Amino acid sequence: MTHAATEEEVRFHLAEEPHHPEGSSTMLGFWIYLMSDCLIFAILFATYGVLGGNYAAGPAPRDLFELDLVAVNTTMLLLSSITYGFAMLEMVKGRTRMTLFWLAVTGLFGAAFIGIELYEFTHFIHIGAGPQRSGFLSAFFTLVGTHGLHVTFGIVWLVTLMVQVRRQGLIEANQRRLMCLSLFWHFLDVIWIGVFTFVYLLGMLR
Amino acid sequence: MAVPTTVPVSPIFGRLTLDAFPFHEPILVVTFAVVALGAAALVGALTYFRLWGFLWREWFTSVDHKKIGIMYMVLGLIMFLRGFSDAIMMRLQQAMAFGGSEGYLPAHHYDQVFTAHGVIMIFFVAMPFVTGLMNYVVPLQIGARDVSFPFLNNFSFWMTTAGAIIVMASLFVGEFAQTGWLAFPPLSGLGASPYVGVDYYIWGLQVAGVGTTLSGINLICTILKMRAPGMSLMKMPIFTWTSLCTNVLIVASFPVLTAVLVLLSLDRYIGTNFFTNDFGGNPMMYVNLIWIWGHPEVYILILPLFGVFSEVTATFCGKRLFGYTSMVYATVVITILSYLVWLHHFFTMGSGASVNSFFGITTMIISIPTGAKMFNWLFTMYRGRIRFELPMMWTVAFMLTFVIGGMTGVLLAVPPADFVLHNSLFLVAHFHNVIIGGVLFGSFAAINYWWPKAFGFRLNKFWGLVSFWCWVVGFWAAFAPLYILGLMGVTRRMRVFDDPSLQIWFIIAGAGAALIACGIGAMLLQYAISIWKRAEYRDASGDPWNGRTLEWATSSPPPDYNFAFTPLVHATDAWADMKARNYRRPLAGYRPIHMPSNTGTGVILAGCALVLALALIWYIWWLAALSFIAMIGYAIHHTFNYHRDYNIPADVVTHTEEARTVQLAAVAAQ
Amino acid sequence: MPFVRLTPLLLLAGFLGGCNMVVLDPSGDVAAQQRNLIYIATGLMLLVIIPVMVLTVVFAIRYRASSAKARYEPEWDHSTQIELAVWAVPLLIIIALGAFTWADTHLLDPYRPLGRIDHATPLAEEVEPLEVEVVSLDWKWLFILPQYGIASVNELAAPVDRPISFKLTSTSVMNAFFVPALAGMIYTMPGMETTLHGVINAPGEYEGFSSNYSGAGFSKMRFAFHGVDEAGFDAWVQKARDSEATLDRATYLALERPSEGVPVELYNGVAENLFDLIVNMCVDPGKMCMSEMMAIDARGGLGLAGIHNTLPLTYDKFARRGTAVFGNEPSYVQSLCTKEEAMAGLVERDGAPMRDRFTPLAGRGLPRPGPSAMTPIRTSSLPDLLKNL
Repeated sequence: MTHAATEEEVRFHLAEEPHHPEGSSTMLGFWIYLMSDCLIFAILFATYGVLGGNYAAGPAPRDLFELDLVAVNTTMLLLSSITYGFAMLEMVKGRTRMTLFWLAVTGLFGAAFIGIELYEFTHFIHIGAGPQRSGFLSAFFTLVGTHGLHVTFGIVWLVTLMVQVRRQGLIEANQRRLMCLSLFWHFLDVIWIGVFTFVYLLGMLR
Repeated sequence: MAVPTTVPVSPIFGRLTLDAFPFHEPILVVTFAVVALGAAALVGALTYFRLWGFLWREWFTSVDHKKIGIMYMVLGLIMFLRGFSDAIMMRLQQAMAFGGSEGYLPAHHYDQVFTAHGVIMIFFVAMPFVTGLMNYVVPLQIGARDVSFPFLNNFSFWMTTAGAIIVMASLFVGEFAQTGWLAFPPLSGLGASPYVGVDYYIWGLQVAGVGTTLSGINLICTILKMRAPGMSLMKMPIFTWTSLCTNVLIVASFPVLTAVLVLLSLDRYIGTNFFTNDFGGNPMMYVNLIWIWGHPEVYILILPLFGVFSEVTATFCGKRLFGYTSMVYATVVITILSYLVWLHHFFTMGSGASVNSFFGITTMIISIPTGAKMFNWLFTMYRGRIRFELPMMWTVAFMLTFVIGGMTGVLLAVPPADFVLHNSLFLVAHFHNVIIGGVLFGSFAAINYWWPKAFGFRLNKFWGLVSFWCWVVGFWAAFAPLYILGLMGVTRRMRVFDDPSLQIWFIIAGAGAALIACGIGAMLLQYAISIWKRAEYRDASGDPWNGRTLEWATSSPPPDYNFAFTPLVHATDAWADMKARNYRRPLAGYRPIHMPSNTGTGVILAGCALVLALALIWYIWWLAALSFIAMIGYAIHHTFNYHRDYNIPADVVTHTEEARTVQLAAVAAQ
Repeated sequence: MPFVRLTPLLLLAGFLGGCNMVVLDPSGDVAAQQRNLIYIATGLMLLVIIPVMVLTVVFAIRYRASSAKARYEPEWDHSTQIELAVWAVPLLIIIALGAFTWADTHLLDPYRPLGRIDHATPLAEEVEPLEVEVVSLDWKWLFILPQYGIASVNELAAPVDRPISFKLTSTSVMNAFFVPALAGMIYTMPGMETTLHGVINAPGEYEGFSSNYSGAGFSKMRFAFHGVDEAGFDAWVQKARDSEATLDRATYLALERPSEGVPVELYNGVAENLFDLIVNMCVDPGKMCMSEMMAIDARGGLGLAGIHNTLPLTYDKFARRGTAVFGNEPSYVQSLCTKEEAMAGLVERDGAPMRDRFTPLAGRGLPRPGPSAMTPIRTSSLPDLLKNL
């Protein structure tokens, strides 16, 4: 490259391949995907905002929600975020086994979260307060359910990554994937904070 | 076909019964026969010439942005023929159904035709054209070897195709939606539309929407991350700028469509109450939400074509684009403002004067940057040396057509005027005026402009001219009567009419549509003749128009790797700058080039999505479960493949580039 | 407005004199003002559109490549003056148009009662507007004239120069009520009420129709709108009063079933509050009215007991004709008969103090949505049930 600079004419091409490292756009791309996902949640929140008070002469949030259960559930998800953080710290240190351990813990917390949410849903449906009963319940089930689906998908992804890390080790590609899942997982945590506040806490106050 | 109120759902075939096949509708049977014969002939020919393997290896599984771009254009063209035949059917029905005549289409069929026309023209014609152009041109213009996520690009294309197949399947199995192209509930709810039509609509758009969103993310990353060194944002070609804004719009609006269609499908599948009349639902929320996607969608379609017109004007005027900076700012302003105008699609819902005037005025404000763009093209022509090749002719036709469409658009943005023009044929004429005059004319300009780049030979000019004049005259003959009919108080989507004085205008409009049909015929002939006589139209220079941007710096068609050496950019019109400063092509020092490998995963995943969607439409639950598991499983399987790229060896590059050197020498010798 | 008469659009209209451009030549004052705004806006825009089109043609010819004498400046790409002009001129036009828009949107707001009969005649104080309640059914129009106790299907008459005040709703899907000669359109939406004001200034036979696609029978959803003098109107009212049919709830429920190309029908006598019942989707006596439901919801719903306050739906027009595959059987919310019945059904969750969900609204909670000039509302009147509690 240096010898070209000494020539009097302007250079119009690189003599060497530019260094576009493998997956250099991945984090940006994943961020943009998360923002588009965030928009889906924004629409679901807005829908809940519009329909949240339409009980159709049926039950209201404070007739249904069990705050204690939701508090436990929230704790599960928050803890899973922390343990994912531990996994990432271990990943940076290059310790495969500890990374896998913390990923497993994260997955268990996530599964617990999903389990509690499923229990809540089946209970509501069992007493007849299913998504069909009112606009409020439709919006509630959809918003919370979409979040739950994301977490479920996250767990499937997590398990896949654990298998890949076991097989290939903490290679660069796997580290990048773990970073993406990390973004995804914390993103879902942030969404849940919104759900917890906007749906459950505000719902009990109405 | 009478709409069944309750269809038994069998465990094997769901609600798919023999009645779902329209044997009793002669129009459909004949259409099906023709399509089936055509398909059989095509399949036979491909088999006879042993092209399946070639197509699979070189095209279907290709991750090359150029090939994917061309496939998008082909998809758009095929779907355009379908959408246009719907248009002809409507024109014919409306020209016939007077004085007690019911025309030849019953409501159940006619209502599907106009719904399908709108859906197909927007989602499966305009969108593939726009995405195809961006895919083909953007990486070349920014001096990149491919997009950021080449596999995702292939997957996006196949998802779009799967969506198109779903919509096409509704023609021969079951029915399509009879709701208008945005499927407002409660009409699209389970009560008023209990059969499969709306489900086809929902799943067709959902599957294609995934592809569109992913391709939007992909192109944003490509433009932000893959630009050649030296190309700062304000040195990007204007088409790349408009593509960037378009893809930002896609990513920021298609999730809204996805979400709102999910809500509608929940209403239809599990009986939730989002858009129902009772149990606390609110149908007007759907209208708001879908237009929050729908208005940006309009700019998603038109912005890239604004970019095309800018490139074409600068090239064929032999001149730098006038007001590059203000062009960029105008594009960005349009991008932002497009989110603040959605309510102008339903002033007549009765939102109150202050709300209506706010949205009316924001809409008018959009005309300011658009007007500035128009002037910039005008002053690019000023003191230029204009070569009236086909792309430039389409551009001038666009300028003269689009301003009228813009004017009627601003007129419709004045709420009290909208109260008498809303939903009328005036509105129909307006949006065809901007979509045909802008998006289609732009696509045709782009096809004529970049065809030599994509295939290495020019398009026949004579048939291009025939097509051009048929289109331009046909467009005005077809849509000027609709403006007049709108002022006569005629509403859109009408199937039969009472007032005999209207008929003459519908007949004129029908004649216009026939002229457009000639234009399409001439266009297809133009492509066919050009391909037939490609040796005669050969362009070996790679730069047939004396272009200004980087795509003209490489050969036509470009090699897989686009550029043997990554370009270094110093000015906005990089290639014009290189030519002005006597750039000499490097003849040695080639290195191996790192490229992504082809993969069939995109085809397989989109195939699973297609089966899943059809199974959901027909309530075939076992198949839905199976295809869903297959899709997830195969996606996971794909992530276990870590070797997705290869190197083009240096001697292959050398070989290709030396052939190019010989070719250029031959051109220079002429 | 003499200056707008010169606009080319009107010239074009002159060429097209053979056809009846009702939008440009309406017979009602509101539609005429809307027409004037079309002319003003078109005229303002032509100020920039015509120069652009002329310049496009002029530049295209003048700077064609074969024209040797034209100047060619390939590097010229910026001029601050031109840039300023091309942003400023559209801006100024939009400012002017925006001012017209703001003023006229408020002036011609369909919710705003009329202030004048036509451009020369202000509205006299003592004139009582003709009240018309409009219901779009699948696929016909029902008009109720509460001041006269009559109703009609697919036909409406109104006296010339008397303001008309429409209240509109729909039964199953969205439509738009549009009489181009009279005034601009407005949506009719199920469970919601919109308003429109208009006046017809010339006698005549006018066409009205739905201008929002609403399903299979949409094309034939047309009605005759007669602009008549006082005597003619009285005769029309009398014709309705001579009719043997009455529009009671049962007749209405039969009428709202889907049908196409329905002939004109007149009714003498209309069930009490029928329009309100239609808006509230409770013409069927067993169904809970929307207003009632919203009042209950505003106080926190009916609790867990309310979950089962639904009955299977056998037929509701065609709404809920299909059943969601994974949903319940179609059902509706039952109306409550007495406060005791409601309270008896009400079970609070363990330990929670019993909330009185039936306290009259005065002073507590969110304000009930009332008639407002800003938004379409679900209803305006409190249900009788809650008044009696």
